[in-house]
Amino acid sequence: MAESDTPAEPTRRDFLLHAAGAFGVVGVAAAAWPFIDQMNPDASTRALASVEVDIAAVQPGQAITIMWRGKPVVIRNRTEKEVEEGKTVKLEELKDPLARNANADASADASDANRAAAGKENILVMTKVCTHLGCIPLDESGEFGGWFCPCHGSVYDTAGRIRKGPAPENLPIPPYAFLSDTKIRIG
Amino acid sequence: MSGHSTYVPKTAIGKWFEARLPVVRLLHDTAVSYPTPRNLNALWTFGGILAMMLVVQIVTGVVLAMHYAADSRVAFHSVESIMRDVNWGWLIRYLHANGASMFFIAVYVHIFRGLYYGSYKPPREILWILGVIIYLLMMAAAFMGYVLPWGQMSFWGATVITNFFTALPFVGQPIQTLLIGGFSVDNATLNRFFSLHYLLPFLIAGVVVLHVWALHVVGQNNPLGIEAKSDKDTVPFTPYATSKDVLWIVLFMIFYGWFVFYQPNFLGHPDNYIEANPLSTPAHIVPEWYFLPFYAILRAIDFNIGPIDSKLGGVLAMFGAIAVLAFLPWLDTSKVRSGRFRPIFKVAFWLFGLNALFLGFLGSVKTDDIILGAQAVVWAKLSTFYYFAYFLVILPVLGYIEKPKPLPISINDAILAKSAH
Repeated sequence: MAESDTPAEPTRRDFLLHAAGAFGVVGVAAAAWPFIDQMNPDASTRALASVEVDIAAVQPGQAITIMWRGKPVVIRNRTEKEVEEGKTVKLEELKDPLARNANADASADASDANRAAAGKENILVMTKVCTHLGCIPLDESGEFGGWFCPCHGSVYDTAGRIRKGPAPENLPIPPYAFLSDTKIRIG
Repeated sequence: MSGHSTYVPKTAIGKWFEARLPVVRLLHDTAVSYPTPRNLNALWTFGGILAMMLVVQIVTGVVLAMHYAADSRVAFHSVESIMRDVNWGWLIRYLHANGASMFFIAVYVHIFRGLYYGSYKPPREILWILGVIIYLLMMAAAFMGYVLPWGQMSFWGATVITNFFTALPFVGQPIQTLLIGGFSVDNATLNRFFSLHYLLPFLIAGVVVLHVWALHVVGQNNPLGIEAKSDKDTVPFTPYATSKDVLWIVLFMIFYGWFVFYQPNFLGHPDNYIEANPLSTPAHIVPEWYFLPFYAILRAIDFNIGPIDSKLGGVLAMFGAIAVLAFLPWLDTSKVRSGRFRPIFKVAFWLFGLNALFLGFLGSVKTDDIILGAQAVVWAKLSTFYYFAYFLVILPVLGYIEKPKPLPISINDAILAKSAH
């Protein structure tokens, strides 16, 4: 013990202390993880429930809303006028230049064609959850004839692109596929 | 201030106990012999009122939890059955729901009292910061409690507030998913909020013990903002402060009772009597009244600031509005505590108070409503600017340029001078 005031070689005791300390830290972290991870979505929520929808009855100008993963997904059969409005917008006027389409490339631009269903420019499938703070925008409202979020005033156009207000991104398009001409599977 | 203990156990059992666990001595020193400045006004009774409200909320809350079911399929109906079927359920629920509002009224009086009389200044920095922590915990508890009835405002309030976290770059989305336990607010969210809502009041009680401990180390501030120097400046806590506290607690209870018995839903929102519907957002979402000023600040930032987009900017401003309070002891550079002796500070303080009320009003209207010829959001920007300017510009600068009025020599002197007139 008399040598303890000189900066000596690390002793066996130092080694044991540090090793035990490091082991303890790892142990605490390993024990803590289950208590953090239990808060994440459980297996039943995570199960990628896909939904099949028949859209044969949805006439132009009509829309249906279905639930997918606890979130509303709108499927809108757009009128010719709405498609035209979506197409005429210049891309540089858009607040969010990306398509946000899970079925397209992540860097695809937000043109009307990249937002609508492939080969069916009148069909628009998207998650109707405002990208600001998660409210449900109202159909067929707002100054761009698309969607309007009543919570904090975000306005989306007929292709679901953010045009005005605090929301940062276009309404996201979930992964989906046409099973037949009128049947869609979402998820 | 704490001084040495004057407790002397008189009975045999008192002496026996004292030698084993001197808890009676602790209580005696804390609530009986503790010297309080003799010039405290009624604003100093709000600490006691808050302690009472915490007890009321815990007692009513424990009882409500006996009848409430935290399951998204039945939560709404269990609250309705508390209102209609449970014996006295309506009373206990109204006491709890209005109790939250009363708790916030009292805490706002308590905070503004501290702001005016400089109660945050040395040596009371830790005392003040513990208060800010209690306030934060109160807000979390109130928010989670409001979700439990599973009405429309509960659901959409929970959705909007948990979405604040998605504003953070990269980690935001995973954090939000972790908090709500799913891809949208649902049963998992309700269950954990119930668990935490039950936990938080006891955490608050723990921090309150630290708050009172810190108070008893540094002693109470007082309307003159000068330290008590001698026994002439103080009176014992009992009977002087206790009787004054009891008087004001009774007056406060009358105010509270008026809401509970005559206006039980005045401070709530009718939409919360509609069961939560994930497919329909109410046309006009507003938080509870006690969050409105912060809600106005959130909505005021509708523009990008450099790399920070409007969403993150709003969330940062809102949390910043609370966080700035913790730094107040170092932001206010004045050596003088009490606003009574600070002529310019007084003006800035009252403007700050009015501005806070105005922010509350702006939080309750739609952003594009026209107020006095301008959109509400324009006023919200001006008000938000003043809110931050008060802390970050006015208080730091005033300490250097303001000439305070002369301070009395002691509390006793000031009182004698007053009675001589």
